[in-house]
Amino acid sequence: MTSYSVAASSSPLKDGLSAGWPICLGYLPIGIAFGVLAQKAGLTPVQIGLMSIMVFAGSSQFIAVSMIAAGASATAIITTTFVVNLRHVLMSSSLAIYLKSARRGLLALYAYGVTDESFAVNLPRFNANDWSLGRALVVNHAANLTWFLSTVAGGIGGRFIPEGALGIDYALIAMFICLLIYQIRKWIHLLTAVIAGITAVGLALKFQGNTYIVIASVIAATAGVIIQNQAMRRKRDNG
Amino acid sequence: MADYLTLLVGMGLVTYLPRWMPLHYLSRRSLPDWFIQWLGLIPSAILSALLLPVLVLGENPRHIDFLRPELWVALPTFAFAWWTRSLGGTVVVGMLLFWLVGKIDPLWIAWLR
Repeated sequence: MTSYSVAASSSPLKDGLSAGWPICLGYLPIGIAFGVLAQKAGLTPVQIGLMSIMVFAGSSQFIAVSMIAAGASATAIITTTFVVNLRHVLMSSSLAIYLKSARRGLLALYAYGVTDESFAVNLPRFNANDWSLGRALVVNHAANLTWFLSTVAGGIGGRFIPEGALGIDYALIAMFICLLIYQIRKWIHLLTAVIAGITAVGLALKFQGNTYIVIASVIAATAGVIIQNQAMRRKRDNG
Repeated sequence: MADYLTLLVGMGLVTYLPRWMPLHYLSRRSLPDWFIQWLGLIPSAILSALLLPVLVLGENPRHIDFLRPELWVALPTFAFAWWTRSLGGTVVVGMLLFWLVGKIDPLWIAWLR
């Protein structure tokens, strides 16, 4: 049994759940909040549950519901969803590096669960070489199940929860704060994050909508690569 | 309900395809070094681009507002996340602080302004 390793000694289910439970905790209040809003916009719990399964994208679901409430056309809602979710192209591209030997069917299943949150939890583990597609799939589907259940629960019973209770509105923000901290491993990550944040604020002030997320990320990562390469060249020249 | 299902199919497709296509096509290709380096910086860029506008921008119309409780609660939440590296803990602490600030907000914001 030479192939025995620490990773093989614990089950993918256990590893996946212990990595993914914070996402589930974060989704619970956000999902309930979404259910409440969706119910106020006139959706039934069945419709809410269907959306959470068929779309599974938190921020665009919120936007879709507010557009439904405002009487927007399906074309407008779908176009907005597309633009808001374009950022996942970048995330799936980053993940693809670590999934070269994966089966295509499993990749297709994995793609379904690529969210901001599962991405930020799975990527550092793939990066540290102690993660498997099976474990990542457990993270994604635990998150999906929690999202489904909490949005439906919000749709059924959410109206009994007072507005702003227990800081619900801050759950997603706090989650992104911690996920961002996970990403800051070297100075270049910090610098890229600062450039992206400032560019995003500047673009958001100038333009409507959410495209600033993708544009600012592309600008910052490009600037980061240029700066990193220049720093490496200078080091090489001096050394 | 039929209209609603059509909407969901459309939303589902435009959500799923951007998630799936890079995984399907890029995982079988060897990518140039600079592109891998670029993709390595994308996570910190995206998360920051998602986060910072929420912290410092007020709505309708968007404007800079450094007095937002979102921003002030973020500082101790950042510190907590940095020291503990705990995602669940950070979510709980952030929510709790935001809720507490909501309780005292009218008093001190009025005084600051």
